[in-house]
Order: sequence, then C-alpha cells, then structure tokens
Amino acid sequence: MPADLMTANPDGTLLDVRDLCVSFRSERGIIRILENVSFTVREREILSIVGESGSGKSMTSLAVMRLITDPNAIITGSITYKGRDLLKLSPKEMRALRGREIAMIFQDPMTAMTPVYTIGWQIEEQLRAHQNLSRRAARARAVELLGEMGVPAPAKAAGRFPHQLSGGLRQRAMIAMALSCNPSLLIADEPTTALDVTVQAQILELLLRLRTDFGSSVMLITHDMGVVATVSDRVMVMYSGIIAERGPKPDVLGGPTHPYTLGLLHSIPPMHGEKPHRLPSIPGSPPAPMGRPAGCPFQPRCEFRMDACASRPPLFRNGMQEASCWLAEKGMPDWAHERAIRAAGEAA
Amino acid sequence: MLLPILRRLAEMLFVMFGISVVVFGIFFATPGADPAARIAGRNATPEVLAQVRHSFGFDEPLPVQYVKVMEKLFISRDLTSFVNRGEKVIPAVVESTPVTLSLVFGAAVIWVVFAIIMGMIAAATRGGIPDRLLMFLGLVGISMPVFWVGSVANLITQSRFHHTFLFSWVPGLGYTPLTQNPGMWFKQLVIPWITLAILYIGLYGRVLRANLVEAYQEDFIRTARAKGLSERRIMVRHALRTSLITFVSMFGLDFGALVGGGALLTEVVFNLPGVGRLTYVALQSLDLPFIMATVMYSSFFVVVANAVVDIAYAWLDPRVRDAR
Repeated sequence: MPADLMTANPDGTLLDVRDLCVSFRSERGIIRILENVSFTVREREILSIVGESGSGKSMTSLAVMRLITDPNAIITGSITYKGRDLLKLSPKEMRALRGREIAMIFQDPMTAMTPVYTIGWQIEEQLRAHQNLSRRAARARAVELLGEMGVPAPAKAAGRFPHQLSGGLRQRAMIAMALSCNPSLLIADEPTTALDVTVQAQILELLLRLRTDFGSSVMLITHDMGVVATVSDRVMVMYSGIIAERGPKPDVLGGPTHPYTLGLLHSIPPMHGEKPHRLPSIPGSPPAPMGRPAGCPFQPRCEFRMDACASRPPLFRNGMQEASCWLAEKGMPDWAHERAIRAAGEAA
Repeated sequence: MLLPILRRLAEMLFVMFGISVVVFGIFFATPGADPAARIAGRNATPEVLAQVRHSFGFDEPLPVQYVKVMEKLFISRDLTSFVNRGEKVIPAVVESTPVTLSLVFGAAVIWVVFAIIMGMIAAATRGGIPDRLLMFLGLVGISMPVFWVGSVANLITQSRFHHTFLFSWVPGLGYTPLTQNPGMWFKQLVIPWITLAILYIGLYGRVLRANLVEAYQEDFIRTARAKGLSERRIMVRHALRTSLITFVSMFGLDFGALVGGGALLTEVVFNLPGVGRLTYVALQSLDLPFIMATVMYSSFFVVVANAVVDIAYAWLDPRVRDAR
C-alpha cells in the first residue's frame, strides 16, 4: 500500500450514494431492483461490490453513471459526486462528466468497443469529446496511454481493430480509453470475467497501479471473491438489491458478519491442504425481483434463519463492519456457536 | 487490399461466363425449338431463315454457335434484330443505358437520403408517435405499386393540375439527355425519380430502423454513452455506421437489378426510352436478339453491383477484411 494512502484524509469522500432505489414500472406492477443502497467511495480507494448475478451490483454502477436509459426506470435517492448530486444534473452536464470525471469499463471488451473503428480512433474520440485537442495530439496521447497500460508496440496497436487484439490487450485498450481524460473515479464492471486467469492477474495489477499513477478511485464490480481478495480496500456485499455486508477487506473476508458473506467465502476452494470433494455452496438461488420475500431477502436460503428474520434488518455496525443481519445486532456473530445451537435444536 | 479486389474481379468474369452459357443454352439449345425461326421472327421468308442459320452457325456444333453468338454480342457488336427490320441490337442498348442510369441514379440518391433520415428519426423516437407514423408511411410506400403511383403522378402533373402553378413547370413525358439540356433533364426526371424511390424509401427506412434499434442494444453503445459522447454522435458514428452494412448490401443488389432493367415499369409509365422499356418492347414482339442482349446486359450490372457490394463490405466492416 502506498505511503500517501495511509495519510489520506479519512473524509476524502469522492462519491456518496444515499438511499439509492431503482425500480422499473412493468405490466405486473413496480419491480424494485435496488432498495436503499448507501455507500461511499473515498479518494484513491478501491471499493469492491460483490454479489451473484441479479444482486443489483451492475445496476448500482449504471445508476451512478446515469446509464439506465429505460424510460420505465424510477431512480430515487442521491448520488453525490464531488459535492454535486448526479441525479439532479441535466443530461448535458452529466455527459460532460461521463468519461471525463467518471469513466467505466465493461466485462467483455470485444462487444464493448465499436467493431468498425480502430482502438486508437476510439481513444481519440473520447479525448476529443472532452478536451480541445487536435487529431494529431489526441493520437499521440492515445498511443502514450496504450503504452502506459502495457500494450506492446502501442503505435501499431492503435491502428488495430478490436477483433484483431487478444482479450487481455482489448481490456488494456478499454482501460486506456477509460483513463484517457484522467477520471477521478473508474467503475469497472466485471473487468476480468471474460479473461484467462493469467491475464486476469495482469489486469488487476494494472487496476492497483491506477491510484498511484492516475490518482483514481476504483469501484470494482465482481462476483469473484478471488478478485476481491487481490485488489480491494473495502468490500460491499450485495444480495437481492440490498447491501448485505460492508467493511474493510481484511475484516469482511477474515470475519464475516452476514451469513451470505460466510457462504460466499466457503465457496472458494482452499489454497492449501486437502481440497474438499465438493465445494460447499449456498443452497437455492437468489429470488427474482418480483418474488423477494418479506423481511430479510436471504432468509429462505439462510442456515441461521430465525423468527426475527421476518422483518427487514437494518445495517448493524460492529467495529468497521456493517451487516444487515439480526445476528449482527449484538456484536460479532459466533457462527460455530450459532450452528451448534441449531444442530442441538434439530436433535431435540 | 489489391489482391482480394483482383480475385473478386476474376470471380466476376467467371460468373459472367456462367451466365452467358446459361442464357445461350436457354435461347439456342432448348430442344424442340428452332432458334433460327425465333430470331427471324414471325412470317419470315425461307431466304431470311437460311441467312440466319448461316450467320449464327446453326448447322455447326453448340460450342461453335456459342462462340459465334458471343462474338456478335461483344466483339463485332452487330447482332441484328430481324423483327425490327435490321436494327442493330447493341447500339440500341448502349443508347438507352444513360436513360436508365439517369433514372436509377437519381432515384437512388433520393431513397438513400430519405431512408437514412427516416430510419434515424424512427430509431431515435422508437416506440413514440414519429416512429409509428414513419413506419406506417413506409409500409404504405412499400405497398403502392410503382406503375400505379406513376400513373397517378402523371394524371396529377400532366393533366388534372398541370395548369396550376404547382405543376405547370412539369414538361411532357420523355427524356432529354443531360448533356443537351441539364434543366430539362432534371425536370423530366424528377417525378419518375420520386415515383421509383417511394418503394425503396419505405423498405430501406424500415430495415434501417430495425438495424438501428438492434444496434442500440449493443454493448458498444453503452460504452459510447459512458465515454460522454452526445446522442447525435452515438447515433451517427456508432449506431448508424455499424447498421449500414445491411443497408449497403441491399442497396448494391437493388441498384444493380434496377439498372439491369428492373425499372421497366417506371420507364414504361413515364415513357423513358431506357433499357427496361427496350426489354418491354422486345418482349411484346418476341424479338429474341434484343431479349438476349438485355438479359446479358442486366446480368452484367447485377454481377458488377455484387462485386462492388463485396468491396464496400470490406471497407465498412474490418472484420470482413480480415476474413479474406
């Protein structure tokens, strides 16, 4: 961890999302996708948002970018970026911010780049949309950026079309494009999911370097606990449109206070020792947005279910960690103890 | 880039050869029919028949006949119509080509411009009232037969409302070469252009809208938005540019077919002496040499248009370029 990060102002909040709700009007009534999601991203911080598909993590990132274009979407709450509420900006003001202040990279750089233009052209396009640059200067900057992202022979690569590059190089080009205007916040939506494991590691290393080289904060959306463990400063676990748990990475990964986080951590194969015959998994699947249970949305799948779960738990704080589980109400839950109680109850 | 183009040209020649063999087969080697009698026309004297037999080499084997016909078509270019008392076929086709080209080219400009505008407006307002209205108008345009639109246009501009200020500028039906009087050329062609373009505006506008709406589902449109580009730029540089691929291939084929005589009805209705009308007249009098020449001519344009489409494809879509 770089030294200046230790001395950073703890109040250096870059992005402050409060009570973000996203719902969609449909024939069957209003579908609530995100419910009262609140979180902050500090300067030069990597915040990982983890969850299964359908947990609302991508929707959160799209809401921050204001890229939810569906006319039936209802978005409430506030998204404060550098003191300005993004939800109150005009489309034009938001457009000026997108790509310059907040940039985004996507899961599959093959489909996320326009197939008919060279990557150099696409980087130039973004530069010239926000900065008053000549084509020549923009091209020079694009080549420079590609070089900084570790693309070999950047001048040649700039003249290539997306389909002519490997997945890893495409993602590097995508990151180069996202960083072209020195954004303060980079939203990375599953940036390594479509890549080989070795390439994944390189891309993650690149993301780690961003905050030192570019001073950017990163909001990393992923479903991969391995990725979370590698790069994040803080972790936010989402489940079914709510925040299940959040806190500093070592705390959350070392001592989860929500049964869902516990389940996710159990589903990672151990690095050492004998591998289990079958990886433990969380039974069941996340509820569809229309069929979310009342109270805690995780309770149908939760091994620690109890009567209190019928009402929705707020976020309970334990040290630096917060979890929306009734078990976290009175301090850190002791999972082994809870399990023993339930085993005894079943035996009786 | 040069090698694939050369290869495409070679392919084109091969296809042309294939077509010429098929056309020759249909006209000259159909069992049970005497090609000499058909070329000579109805009520031909035995002398004329003998002359035809000799000049086309019908007493010789088929390959020799093929070579003789092709020689008459392309080298000596003296294929003669017996029905029309010795009119030379090739010069007649060459003479009517500029008429057809003028008609189709002008109509193509109109339909491409209007179809793109229509497709873009409809896609930008998809689901809204302008979208529905334009798509309905497009369907109306597709459904109206061109000869009917042409006749109605003639009725209005030549007869009923010709004396009003609106249409008093419309000259009588016919064609004036561009080199002779550009103003007259334009005035006589503008109504045929619009008539011919209506169908294609509807068709292309609807296809383009569908392609644009599909393009808007693509991830790269989301990326373009995330880059902070304006909606206009996203539409033109990203959505339209990637949607043009289907548009261009359709355009090449339709353009080729129209130049090759597909504008027959429009030419007949507006009395334009183009290749289509030539074919029409030849068909009425069963003038075999003429029919054969126009068939060869139209197949030539369709094949050329196909080759141009392929080259344009490679230019529009770099993925195609690499697949070669």
